[in-house]
Amino acid sequence: MRPKISIQNLYFTYSDETEALKNITIDIPENEVLVLFGPSRSGKSTLLRLLNRLSDLTENAKFQGAILFNDQDIFAPGVDVANLRRRVSMVFALPSPLPGSIQDNLTYGLKMAGIRDRALLEERVEDSLRQAALWDEVKDRLHHSAFALSGGQQQRLCIARSLALEPEVILLDNPTSGLDPISTSIVEDSLVELKQRYTIIMVPHSVQQMARVADRGAFLLDGELIEVDTPAALFTQPRDQRTEDYITGRFG
Amino acid sequence: MTRQQVQKVAVGSITAVAIVAVLPIVVIIGFILVQGIGAINLTFLTSAPSNGMRDGGILPAILGTLILTLGTAIVCIPIAVAAAIYLAEYAGDTRLTRWVRLAIVNLAGIPSIVYGLFGLGVFVLFLGFGTSILAGSLTLGIMTLPVVISTAEEAILAVPQRFRVVSLSLGATRWQTIWHQVLPHALPGIITGIILGLGRAAGETAPILFTVAAFYLPDLPSSIFDQTMALPYHLYAISTQVPDMPLSIQYGTALVLLMIVLSLTLVAALFRTRMRRRRTW
Repeated sequence: MRPKISIQNLYFTYSDETEALKNITIDIPENEVLVLFGPSRSGKSTLLRLLNRLSDLTENAKFQGAILFNDQDIFAPGVDVANLRRRVSMVFALPSPLPGSIQDNLTYGLKMAGIRDRALLEERVEDSLRQAALWDEVKDRLHHSAFALSGGQQQRLCIARSLALEPEVILLDNPTSGLDPISTSIVEDSLVELKQRYTIIMVPHSVQQMARVADRGAFLLDGELIEVDTPAALFTQPRDQRTEDYITGRFG
Repeated sequence: MTRQQVQKVAVGSITAVAIVAVLPIVVIIGFILVQGIGAINLTFLTSAPSNGMRDGGILPAILGTLILTLGTAIVCIPIAVAAAIYLAEYAGDTRLTRWVRLAIVNLAGIPSIVYGLFGLGVFVLFLGFGTSILAGSLTLGIMTLPVVISTAEEAILAVPQRFRVVSLSLGATRWQTIWHQVLPHALPGIITGIILGLGRAAGETAPILFTVAAFYLPDLPSSIFDQTMALPYHLYAISTQVPDMPLSIQYGTALVLLMIVLSLTLVAALFRTRMRRRRTW
């Protein structure tokens, strides 16, 4: 089966000459939950941001290699970046509602894509909120400010906001970093549901979270991809000593 | 002295200095008010000057100033806002934009009489607009550009970066992001800058001296190619050019000008506080 996303010999260097990613090659099949884990500054978020070209916002960075999404090079000239970002949608580390109501947040991306059909918008609002396990909590106050929600609700709103675009891939950059354990487990549970329909690439809050949600974990260290395997294999028979050291908590 | 005493002395002297700083504005307004209030009545505000300007009112000057302020707004706002959006959102830090920024800073430092001469040379004579509302508005508009550009740029930069990133990540284009996420939240700051800039323009004498202001023109202007009277120049004229001018009319004129400018500033301040309170994040 062809991979949903194929990353080939990817290098990424920031303007201050920091080599954030070195020769990353990995294929991500459809409906997989791939978890990118490793110590801070290992290049996880950088890799995530490259996948829907939010990396374009980083000025003067150098880039080499290729990222194929459905076999199309996302950095090829003429690629519709806005459309790519709807297909490969990002959820950020901190809850990041836009000013406006819950409904405004959910319909923003769709409206920017030119969708005006009220019935369709409302359908997507309800659909995405149900998928993010938030519908019951907010269905009576869709027109209230998104900032009135709790942190955990805001983060699920942000997930729903991505889902409303009906993307193919969801990128989650440490989506539970600011959340309490209960909210975290609600978000994790909704991820299990979501992987039936989406390909998910995620930076976890911890190695334990990787183990709970990943189909495969990819261990990054100093911008290099050390190894990729199922959590079980990574925990019981890591092929690289550094993976074992990190997982067992000897550094990081 | 103990630390507590030092604290008291420090706070005391800083407070005293702050009061001294406020004093001039209070004294100026109070002085003009006391001297000028006697001249203010319905005739003064609604009729043209008469008897070599020693009698009658200042209606043509009031209207002229309002028209010039409007003209300044029309010239200045589109250019300034577009420039601010470009500088804040698109320009980045290149050699070209550094020069543009330097030019704007320098534009702000040019004496207003130089703007007046520039307007005379370019708009009145070279472009042939004559001494007219058009020439005066263009001159005032250009003079007002730097302050509006800088405040608008700051207002745009003050919109949290995460709104832009989130908007882009949801598939909005750069322009959609600016239009739907940046400008609505920058608008209060931009409008405040515009009003303050217009307030300054309304009170300027030198830029309109050669470009639009009429010494005595009891008829109201009928097109943008007409001259008009204006309060600052009228005040200058009656204070220096008219012998035996009653002081009360001079101070009355000054009071009206001061009220127009102050009310613009006040509107800006009120508007800013109101919008800040309505902010949800």
